[in-house]
Amino acid sequence: MAALRRPRRQFASEPSAPGATPATPRLPPSRLLPLDVVRVASVGLRTRRLRVALSALGVAIGIASMVAVVGISDSSKAGLVAELNELGTNLLTVTPGQTFLGGSAELPEAARRAVAHLESVRSAAAVTTVAAATVRRSPFIEAAETSGLTVDAADPQLLATLGGRVVRGRFLDGANGRYPLVVLGAVAAERLGVQRLLADGRPLQVYIANTWFTVAGVIGRLPLAPEIERAVLIGYPIAHDLFGTTRSASTLYVRADGERVREADSLLGATADPQNPEQTQVSRPSDALQARADAQSTLTAVFLALGAVALLVGGVGIANVMVISVLERRPEIGLRRALGARAVHIAVQFLGESVLLSLLGGAFGIGLGAAATAAYAATQGWIVVVPVLAVGGGVAIALLLGAVAGLYPAVRAARLAPAAALRSV
Amino acid sequence: MSAVLELADVVKRYDGGVEALRGVDLTVEAGELCAIVGPSGSGKSTLLHIIGTLERASAGLVRIAGADVARASDRELAALRARRIGFVFQQFHLIEADSALENVATGLLYCGTPASERRRAATAALARVGLGHRVRHPSALLSGGERQRVAIARALVSAPAIVLADEPTGNLDSHTGREILDLLRAMNAQGTTVVVITHDREIAATLPRRVELRDGRLVHDDATSVTR
Repeated sequence: MAALRRPRRQFASEPSAPGATPATPRLPPSRLLPLDVVRVASVGLRTRRLRVALSALGVAIGIASMVAVVGISDSSKAGLVAELNELGTNLLTVTPGQTFLGGSAELPEAARRAVAHLESVRSAAAVTTVAAATVRRSPFIEAAETSGLTVDAADPQLLATLGGRVVRGRFLDGANGRYPLVVLGAVAAERLGVQRLLADGRPLQVYIANTWFTVAGVIGRLPLAPEIERAVLIGYPIAHDLFGTTRSASTLYVRADGERVREADSLLGATADPQNPEQTQVSRPSDALQARADAQSTLTAVFLALGAVALLVGGVGIANVMVISVLERRPEIGLRRALGARAVHIAVQFLGESVLLSLLGGAFGIGLGAAATAAYAATQGWIVVVPVLAVGGGVAIALLLGAVAGLYPAVRAARLAPAAALRSV
Repeated sequence: MSAVLELADVVKRYDGGVEALRGVDLTVEAGELCAIVGPSGSGKSTLLHIIGTLERASAGLVRIAGADVARASDRELAALRARRIGFVFQQFHLIEADSALENVATGLLYCGTPASERRRAATAALARVGLGHRVRHPSALLSGGERQRVAIARALVSAPAIVLADEPTGNLDSHTGREILDLLRAMNAQGTTVVVITHDREIAATLPRRVELRDGRLVHDDATSVTR
């Protein structure tokens, strides 16, 4: 606060002779009690409510957007983690890798059986993509128009292994695998546009390669196996009969024992293909979800930056309003000096007012941001998470912003000469 | 009697060479009621600011309530204003948003007095100026005369050694103005030293001692009977 002291004028500072009597009979110095600082700082806020509200709005918007961005990001993370907990992290997949020479490898036909016998494995199911076949609503649609859907031969254990469920009809079983029956993945059903027809409960057929298949059922969402959502599934026996599909799996889905995932993970490659274990790839689909939960999206950074810009504008707004306030209240400043206020007390008053103004905006912004987070999380079905860090950070930023914005106006107010301030009516 | 205020050969020059005061000698004893009168431009506002330590003299001795102003730091001057000098202004300078009581209590704000004690003293001061019934009244709703009474109560609440009233009746009608002067006289009768600065000779004539100022010099002082 040394900067606030007016320079002593030369005539005011005669060097006092040693042993001279003190200039003033000792008077206790002027002081402003801490509680009174708050009281004095709020005078300007109480008298100019509209202006206060408008100038606090900038800070409120900035803080709100920052809290909302962090809140929504954390809520989404919490949502993913909750989803992950529900799906389980014990699903593993085995896929053929590459041969030593760079060609694509194949899993042995006996791989599923071998893997299923592992102690650490609860269930296993093979899926083999029928590359030759496409699925269409009717033969009149071009065979090339696959809509991104694949035709897969699947084991009856697939649904249980993936932890999925049938939303309509039933899944493939040991008995119906040899008939032209098909089970649609959720996305496949959507893309084929058969949802409405199925809802009517009428029997429905789709055209796979050159054969009509009757839709037996539709399965629900499978966040850990999105490729199955985009597939139509038929039994291995009919796939073999029609397309010559072997039991060599394109993907082997393995549900491991919850506590023995690591063990299963380490054994799967060698068990699936004992002769060429290095030609298998074992992965855990939940890792991708986990990574998504951990990743901070660039969008978050962009919105944070936008929030920072709003804050900056809000800060400039506060500084602006404070400068005007100081100009308008020059008589009050003069009066306070006449009543014994030191320059520091005037500076503290206006600095305090600026900080209060900013905190007001900050508090409103935190509420707004939390509300936005809650509203958005509700539409997404997430748990609402408003991190303490965002709230604390919001308060800290508002505090800092108010102090920085108020510094210049406060110094100006403190530097006003008392007599000049009183004269300016 | 001891001198509350002592000025000796006080000169005030402003930047740009304007000489507002050209060697003023003035002594005011404790318990006096004194008018400083002069036309506009005579330097009486400057004199008020120097007596009130809101400005420093360019040369000469200024001693208020025993303190040598020239040698005092800004900090000491603030303390002096907080505890030894009371101001009454032509424009009242009330804080509009606050009640009469709050305004009077502000007179003790910078003495570091706790709020409850300030309010107690302010209530008593308002009673002294005849506004005991207006304690909770918003100051924005007070009449001009009432406002000046609040301002006087604010000046008195810290029991200062001297009260400086700058054109205290300037914004009031003549009837209300007389009431305010009567109040100042009553306060003086109770022991407060009062200096009234005015351009109005009529008002000055009703006060026991007149000091006349013209072009930055004292041209008449009842106390010393000097007329230059």
